[in-house]
Amino acid sequence: MNGAEVLLEALEQEEVEDIFGYPGAVLLALLDALLRSKIRHILVRHEQGAVHAADGYARVNSKVGVCLATSGPGATNLVTGIANAYMDSIPMVILTGQVSTELLGTDSFQEADITGITIPITKHSYIVKDAAQLPRIVKEAFYLARTGRPGPVLIDLPKDILNQEVKKTASSKMTLKNYKVFGKGNTGQIEEFAKSIANSLKPVIYGGGGIIWAGATGPLRNLVEKCNLPVVSTLMGLGCLPSDHPNFLGMAGMHGTVTANYALDDCDLLIALGVRFDDRVTSGLGNKFATKAKIVHIDIDPAEIGKVVRANVPIVGDVYLVLEELVSRLVPPKITQWWEQIHSWQKSYPLRYEQDGRLSPQIILESIAETAGDDAVIVTDVGQHQMWVAQCYPFKYPRQLVTSGGLGTMGFGLPAAVGAQVAQPEKNIVLITGDGSLQMTIQELATIVQHQLPVKIVLMNNGVLGLVRQWQKMFYDERFSEIQLHANPDFVKVAEAYGIKGIRVTSAQDVKPCLTKAMAYPGPVLMDFVISPDEVVLPMVVPGNAITDMLGR
Amino acid sequence: MKKHTLAVLVENRPGVLTHISGLISRRAFNIESIAAGYTEEADTTRITIIVEADVIELEQVVNQLSKLIDVIKIIDLTGTDLIHRELALIKVKASSETRPDIVDVVHIFRARIVDVNPETMVIELSGEERKIDALCQMLNNHGIIEIVRTGKIALSRGPVPAKDC
Repeated sequence: MNGAEVLLEALEQEEVEDIFGYPGAVLLALLDALLRSKIRHILVRHEQGAVHAADGYARVNSKVGVCLATSGPGATNLVTGIANAYMDSIPMVILTGQVSTELLGTDSFQEADITGITIPITKHSYIVKDAAQLPRIVKEAFYLARTGRPGPVLIDLPKDILNQEVKKTASSKMTLKNYKVFGKGNTGQIEEFAKSIANSLKPVIYGGGGIIWAGATGPLRNLVEKCNLPVVSTLMGLGCLPSDHPNFLGMAGMHGTVTANYALDDCDLLIALGVRFDDRVTSGLGNKFATKAKIVHIDIDPAEIGKVVRANVPIVGDVYLVLEELVSRLVPPKITQWWEQIHSWQKSYPLRYEQDGRLSPQIILESIAETAGDDAVIVTDVGQHQMWVAQCYPFKYPRQLVTSGGLGTMGFGLPAAVGAQVAQPEKNIVLITGDGSLQMTIQELATIVQHQLPVKIVLMNNGVLGLVRQWQKMFYDERFSEIQLHANPDFVKVAEAYGIKGIRVTSAQDVKPCLTKAMAYPGPVLMDFVISPDEVVLPMVVPGNAITDMLGR
Repeated sequence: MKKHTLAVLVENRPGVLTHISGLISRRAFNIESIAAGYTEEADTTRITIIVEADVIELEQVVNQLSKLIDVIKIIDLTGTDLIHRELALIKVKASSETRPDIVDVVHIFRARIVDVNPETMVIELSGEERKIDALCQMLNNHGIIEIVRTGKIALSRGPVPAKDC
């Protein structure tokens, strides 16, 4: 066997079924071995597409996503996607080709120090110097990627290693003696947590992506319903509780609901579950955030605790296990008054938009929810459309939303939808994107055609970079600078050129019929919804101010 | 802000020092000195880091470093009874006229002369940071050509090794 075959065998051991990748010279041995492997390789059109697709795949299937790129430019094209996965704690194994070991460090053709470049954005990385070590390295990489706080792990594969004949491989036994995975939380602290709930008058749960990755939505619901606790979520936490659940107050933060932000500000007990107090939630003001509250912070990553705010009850552990242990100790608090306050906020400050018959983003989103089915997966890009989705879409389940949170990567959407559809061929995968974002990775339209992926693409086309324009409109006296996408193509024609059904919609009454038709259509569809550049995302926290200072209440 | 002495035990693998120094600079921690070397165990490297931080920042440094896969253990030696040492080599101008004066200074500091030629001398001194600073100051008048310092290393007094702390 050669190194490439050893690698593929090790990947099969890890139950890898799909790899998203793009070929290159140093990968020839691997490409050849792939012909004889059960593993399916999804050929993309740009390496950034491969890494985002692996990311979308992982988010939907809760498996480790795998991508492959060649050395040099292939590897560096992955960097944005690796950073994206790192920020959102997505389990991923990245395979990169590398020049032969004897050429390493000589600035040889298509050489880039990818392990060096990606140090700050990977959980760990390997450069393989002996093919016999591949079984151990692959096993460790997958273990590191999926356990604890998940994240991307990179394996750099020099060309000669892929070609190296291996008679007997070394043991696949892992040698990660220093790596700790936190499971159960400290029992004393959990008791303190239960007591804090029992004694609270104004508690609120602030839930994030950690709940989703811990599979803790069940125990969360138990906790919420047993104690009648209100819940706000982060962008990454959407779906942790159904959005129509009476205890769900909506997303918090910059474009959160007024009620969610007021609740965070006014609470006397903040229960932070799998969140990292991101500045899009705290407004970058850790010291002015939830100042009246006792803070219970549960996270699997000890470095997150105390990073932004001081926790009064810090618990390092798996959210699922911590909540499981908590449930038996729960004493419901007396919080009728708190709920009265919350309901009065909800009544005074609902999410609202003008229904004047125009083709508004919210009409599009309502129609998607009505036509795509409850189990549809919504993939977004980054910008205004993403925030409208986060505010309005009626998410019912965890993993129903695939979105780039921490890094905010425009161009994430289309390739992530590729990954989501490969992961869930039977589900409706709806990509909601903007004309700015879509054009960053539009070449992946070819990927969905080549692999017959029936992705439904909802393009909210306003001809501008809407979120930047919104800031210029609100805070720069309408001095619009560099946000006009004048030379946009005809997206319907672009779709058709790729062999994708394209439909343009310009009026509100055509929205639902178009979506109904698209959802019933067996192949991919691109719907070009022409909306006004003056649409804004509201409410909005005034940048730099406390989260209660919201425009558009 | 207080200075803290951290002993970081790491797997002796390529790139581990880059991982550690990169993380420290990326997270904007103030690092004063860093010194690495082999230990009593063949596959372990010990890195002594002097970092200026308040308690909260220090906790972050330790937590972030602990996440690195190759980090075995981090021990905050601050506050324990410590032996601190740094080694310096100083090349100083020394003519036949000034040489006796320099030799005097070297004796006072219990330093050693490790190289002499008609124009210069190289002086070796190990000791605490302040002592080395003081010697440098004394030699400054004669004209220091170059200095190399190792950065601080530290070991606790008494029988217990840092890894068992």
